[in-house]
Amino acid sequence: MEFSLFLQNMVNGFSLGSMYALIAIGYTMVYGVLRLINFAHGDIMMVGAYVCFFGMVSLNLPFIAAVVFAVTICAALGIITDTIAYKPLRKAPRISLLITAIGISFFLENLFNVIFGSEAKAFVIPQYLQKVLTFGDITLAMSAVFVPIITLILLAITLFILYRTKYGMAIRALAFDIHTVNLMGIDANLIIAIVFALGSMLAAIGGVFWSLNYPSIEPMMGVLIGLKAFAAAVLGGIGSVGGAVLGGFIIGFTEVVVVSLSPEFSGFKDAFAFIFLILILIFKPTGILGYDFEKSRF
Amino acid sequence: MRVPKITHIIFFALAVGFLVISHYIFDDYSLRVLNNIAIFIILAVSYNLINGVTGQFSLEPNGFVAVGAYVAALILLDADAKNYQFDLESPAVFVLWLHSSNFLLALLAAGVCATILALVLSFPVFRVRGDYLAIVTLGFGFIIKILAINYPSITNGSLGLSSIPQHATLYYTGGIAIISVIMVLNIVYSKFGRAMKAVRDDEDAALAMGVNTFAVKTTAFSTSAFLEGVGGGLWACSFASIVPNEFDFYLTFQLLIIIVLGGLGSMTGAILGTILVIGGGEWLRFLDEPLSLFGHTFDAMPGLRMIVFSVILILVMLFAREGIFGKRELTDVARSAIKRLK
Repeated sequence: MEFSLFLQNMVNGFSLGSMYALIAIGYTMVYGVLRLINFAHGDIMMVGAYVCFFGMVSLNLPFIAAVVFAVTICAALGIITDTIAYKPLRKAPRISLLITAIGISFFLENLFNVIFGSEAKAFVIPQYLQKVLTFGDITLAMSAVFVPIITLILLAITLFILYRTKYGMAIRALAFDIHTVNLMGIDANLIIAIVFALGSMLAAIGGVFWSLNYPSIEPMMGVLIGLKAFAAAVLGGIGSVGGAVLGGFIIGFTEVVVVSLSPEFSGFKDAFAFIFLILILIFKPTGILGYDFEKSRF
Repeated sequence: MRVPKITHIIFFALAVGFLVISHYIFDDYSLRVLNNIAIFIILAVSYNLINGVTGQFSLEPNGFVAVGAYVAALILLDADAKNYQFDLESPAVFVLWLHSSNFLLALLAAGVCATILALVLSFPVFRVRGDYLAIVTLGFGFIIKILAINYPSITNGSLGLSSIPQHATLYYTGGIAIISVIMVLNIVYSKFGRAMKAVRDDEDAALAMGVNTFAVKTTAFSTSAFLEGVGGGLWACSFASIVPNEFDFYLTFQLLIIIVLGGLGSMTGAILGTILVIGGGEWLRFLDEPLSLFGHTFDAMPGLRMIVFSVILILVMLFAREGIFGKRELTDVARSAIKRLK
């Protein structure tokens, strides 16, 4: 492989991986505290992309303001779904919680389908992100540089919140043992709401970044991206934020590199995440950085 | 062999009677809906065996249904039909050679192929437990769909197969549904069924008591795969055409909703859940058409049906957590009702 192609692949893989990582964090945190595979998370990402789009088109907001708008709406949506659909089921069997999550996912998909139509819309990319940078043989869209940098900053902030603040400590304590945390005087419901808000904010940004790189949005876009991000979270070790980031990058790089090296496999692009996941889980059943939630109950 | 209880015999006699007279009392549309319900009863009851009774949270029925549907369709289509249909790539030699017009043979082959796949997959799948098992099976289900899209010389890719002979009338689907319910009930109430429930309730304790948990899980997985394969074959022969996208996660989720709604582990629950979800989904179809409310006509909003459906689903989960039947069967409910009357 030529060096320029190699670099190009690295940048693309980094960009894709960082988006998976952003979305995977939401999955892993919710799983960590509630043991819930939140199937609605991918759809929150979709809502983020739509809100940003309509913020720019209908409300004439500048891009940054539209992103802030989308992040706010999605954080609120995360808290609302938790309050309405998940909170009453805290003591219910986990499968009821899962079905409710699927219900929320169907609801969001079909709501956006009915309101905005099922056809894909072309996302509006601001002028300054459309610029193309050339370094010798390498050409990069401005957004391909912008996305990973912002993502790294966001990841650093998230890790700071989780490992260096009081609330982060509460989130990690909740993931470890939800019952004892209540006895320690921590408001578990408040912490769970914070987890949903934080995860949904990152998902919204992930959705916007996704739309910058693949500028077409449709109501079902969250399903596959969400599942792949979830696979990334499990691959890295679910419940571990570092694992989610690692898993996201592994899957992003694999997709880009395999498709670039052997285009005949491009039809299998969407399956790589799962193939990888299955291989890892066979040899390390809790994921790369994982922690065995099943065993921790004993 | 379990001695059949009189209540069971009465229920099955009623089901057979209903099947026989249904062709005389229903119109074509209702028959199609009933046909659909019968296929989903097979799928739901067999999915319940692995998910509800054995407690292994598999999310793979869509993969087995897909395999069954494709195998049955490829067997029933003759070489001319295949040559005519395969637009993307010409059919592979063994695909052309594969032909039989025997419907029941095709269904059997569909079931057997799904079983073989399940046996092979059970080795990687049952190395992990709980939610990890869920995501691994979800992954396999997805990979099967991707394979169906990417091997156009065998499956005709994303275009799918059409003009599959429509052998699956209500007599077949309903009859096979009744047979599968009897089969699954016999398994559930056998010694093996108790081992399955032991694995569900506490896998480590079951292992300690000498239950070969891997064998139990594999048997439950492949038995349910067999019925799902047969159901897939019936699906193909009922709708006459199949495309890979029909066998998406959505199918698995639909089955999951059905069995949880009815009550995980309850066969009557699975049947009632199917009737409610599939029948109710048909009934809600009016929502997709132009509505007239209070003398004002609203434009058609395709998709409104699914919004209402998902809201109902969430409400049911919030207010009826164990599903309608819990882990009980209709016979249990009837028996306790009779006791209370006495």
